[in-house]
Amino acid sequence: MTRRYSAFNLFREGLRGHTGWQPAWRSPDPKPAYDAVIIGGGGHGLATAYYLAKNHGMRNVAVIEKGWLGGGNTGRNTTTIRSNYFYPESVALYDFALKLYEGLGRELNYNIMFSQRGVVTVAHSEAEMEIAARIVNAMQINGTDAELLGPDAVFDKAPLLNRGPKARYPVFGGVWQGRAGVARHDAVAWGYARAADGFGVDIVQNCEVTGFIVENGRCAGVETSRGSIRAGAVGLAVAGHSGVLAAKAGFALPIQSYSLQAMVSEPVKPCLDTVVLYLGTGTYLFQSDKGEIVVGGGLDRVPSYAQRGNPPMQRTVLSGMLEMFPSFGQLKMLRQWAGNVDVVPDSSPIIGPSPLPGLFLNCGWGTGGFKSIPAGGWLMAHLIATGSHHEISRPFDLDRFATGRLVDEAAGSGIAH
Amino acid sequence: MQRFPCPFCGPRDETEFHFAAEAGKTRPEPAGEVGAERWAEYLHLKKNPKGPTREIWVHTTCGEFFLMERNTVTHEVVGSSALGAES
Repeated sequence: MTRRYSAFNLFREGLRGHTGWQPAWRSPDPKPAYDAVIIGGGGHGLATAYYLAKNHGMRNVAVIEKGWLGGGNTGRNTTTIRSNYFYPESVALYDFALKLYEGLGRELNYNIMFSQRGVVTVAHSEAEMEIAARIVNAMQINGTDAELLGPDAVFDKAPLLNRGPKARYPVFGGVWQGRAGVARHDAVAWGYARAADGFGVDIVQNCEVTGFIVENGRCAGVETSRGSIRAGAVGLAVAGHSGVLAAKAGFALPIQSYSLQAMVSEPVKPCLDTVVLYLGTGTYLFQSDKGEIVVGGGLDRVPSYAQRGNPPMQRTVLSGMLEMFPSFGQLKMLRQWAGNVDVVPDSSPIIGPSPLPGLFLNCGWGTGGFKSIPAGGWLMAHLIATGSHHEISRPFDLDRFATGRLVDEAAGSGIAH
Repeated sequence: MQRFPCPFCGPRDETEFHFAAEAGKTRPEPAGEVGAERWAEYLHLKKNPKGPTREIWVHTTCGEFFLMERNTVTHEVVGSSALGAES
């Protein structure tokens, strides 16, 4: 039994020819009924199951996944983690996630390769520097780390940045968040899966939810490709497919699905040890631990479920990279992919009860799903176990679209979704 | 690069177009008597279908809004028509 990973176990298995390792989680058949069923075996769904067991003692729980664990957006993002938002509600949410990430590898006994290498958001004019100062002030007031950098400090962080006289977007300075960084995306999903399984949570893969069991106006379970599963409460954590499942449950959401694409180059020598985002180009990039340059940008302009990017946005992202780092013009791009993101009018997530009682929502993260996994899981577990909001999730309830109390981060911090 | 059919200008590069809204949404009237829930529904809720869909797009070059029938999985465009001519 090598349930707990440690240097000692690794050494002992080395001597025994690595014959003693066990699968990290079971693959059980679904039971006819659970206390809670979570739809979606990505980061948010698995984290929800883990915190239901750990924080609330609910262990008769199943995670239902259409494909394989982390095969959706959790495996299709660019792994950046940050909390450099504008509104207090947003910083409370994303900084909660960042704090949980800081202890997550140790807590899960799984190496999620969290690397706090910092994020610099670069401004290109005096006017943009004033906006940058405003965001830094807001972040500091909201209790997260932020620093206003001048141009020299930005070039110190990323020496290869374009400082030529013909730069279309000259560097005037930027916003620095040092606690931000990147983590291994698959490992986050696998770590939560293994830890949830350790609490007795059933993780059911290759099982598609085809409908909902509704009794007396209340959600009483799900219909799946592997039979009916009854549940005391159901959580929905399916990112880009939230609208599809909401339609099966009989309601609509304020969500439009888009593709968000990213690219990765061939591996090269270490040359960039932070995450850089240009306000001017909308492109951001960093160097992976393998040496690849990981490049991302804004949403594709065409509503889509295709999970593949379209060429106009690819051109925009890559031309942004060339403006920022002219020397990267020699890089060969290895591969390109896209995730399916659920975009909400105010660019903030939806966490809370759905219009169907007994069914709870964790969706609408848009381009920010990966960095919020621990918080999304924690808050949805709180909702499912107690039936009421955690104080951090309250502002993100679906009712804000009727009350008008939107958390408009697209206007506040100029994020890309 | 995909080409979208503008009913007025013919097939043009996709970068000339902007997605506007799902088709079939009509403004609730009389506006003064419409409640917050109904406004929220009109302004924000979407069917967001996976597969065939009918959408309103604008061709930014000529400035005309029009109806386009499209598949959100394959990106195949079935056709487009001027507003008001479809029903």
